[in-house]
Amino acid sequence: MHGHISSPATFIKTFIILLILMAVTVLVATKDLGWLNTPIAMAIAICKTAFVVLFFMGLKYSSRLSQVWAGVGLLFFIILIGLTIPDYLTRHDLPGWSE
Amino acid sequence: MSTETQEHDPLLAHQFEDVEQQTDSYVLGMWVFLVTEVLFFGGMILAFILYRNMYFPAFAEAHQKLDWRLGGVNTIVLLTSSFTMAMAVWASQKRDYGKQLMFLTITVLCALAFLVIKYFEYSAKFEHHLVPGTNFHFDGQNQNGVQLFFGLYFALTGLHGFHVLVGVLVIGVLMFRVWKLRKQEQDYVPTELVGLYWHFVDIVWIFLYPMLYLLGGVHI
Repeated sequence: MHGHISSPATFIKTFIILLILMAVTVLVATKDLGWLNTPIAMAIAICKTAFVVLFFMGLKYSSRLSQVWAGVGLLFFIILIGLTIPDYLTRHDLPGWSE
Repeated sequence: MSTETQEHDPLLAHQFEDVEQQTDSYVLGMWVFLVTEVLFFGGMILAFILYRNMYFPAFAEAHQKLDWRLGGVNTIVLLTSSFTMAMAVWASQKRDYGKQLMFLTITVLCALAFLVIKYFEYSAKFEHHLVPGTNFHFDGQNQNGVQLFFGLYFALTGLHGFHVLVGVLVIGVLMFRVWKLRKQEQDYVPTELVGLYWHFVDIVWIFLYPMLYLLGGVHI
């Protein structure tokens, strides 16, 4: 939406939420949760990113085209990571594969 | 012709229909740039994920050599700078240029604080022979994996630190511009665009901090 002005209250709330999430991510890292540590840390980071993108960067109030481009960035990143990792994780299982 | 020129908004460049189209175009251009940045950092993050998976014991051991407290302080410093950057955009939209300059000053000070802390972290790594190369020294059987970790650590944080440095310069130029034109009405979009870049740099750190400093466990 053109000319939208976010209020400082929104920014202060976002800032506080980000600091809380930062404390949570450190707290979780002090506990040994086995394989769960990595997904939890990444989930918190994604959550923090969502708050920064939507409110600090104001994507929530940007033009549709900007929102689509932000989505494109996310999509490309998912393709980059999501297609490469399964390849590396599974190529050893293939018959005929050698290092 | 001259009357038509006078009717024009002084903030509107002639190639645009109206200010709304102009603002949307500028913001869109910045988002396109940020998408290329996502892939720029994405490739290195992908390399980190793969090598972490291949040499997990070494990476877990190497990560203990990083000071999660300093990294945490840096996270808070960058989050604060992102907040003040958002406030600077707000002040610019309200055409309160004094406040805007104040918020931008705090943002730059936070960025410099980040770089100073990073400098101390890097110095410690040089002192402890943890910088990859001929001076690298690490006792134990995982030394090759540890060296790989520090190679990625310096590449990722170095590239991020360079972005912080560029941010300081860009915000500096913006502040000079805002100060020079403080007596007249200004477009808030330059501040908005610098803000978008700065928040992106913050997001990169939001991922680098848990990846490098926290994963593998933290001991208080």
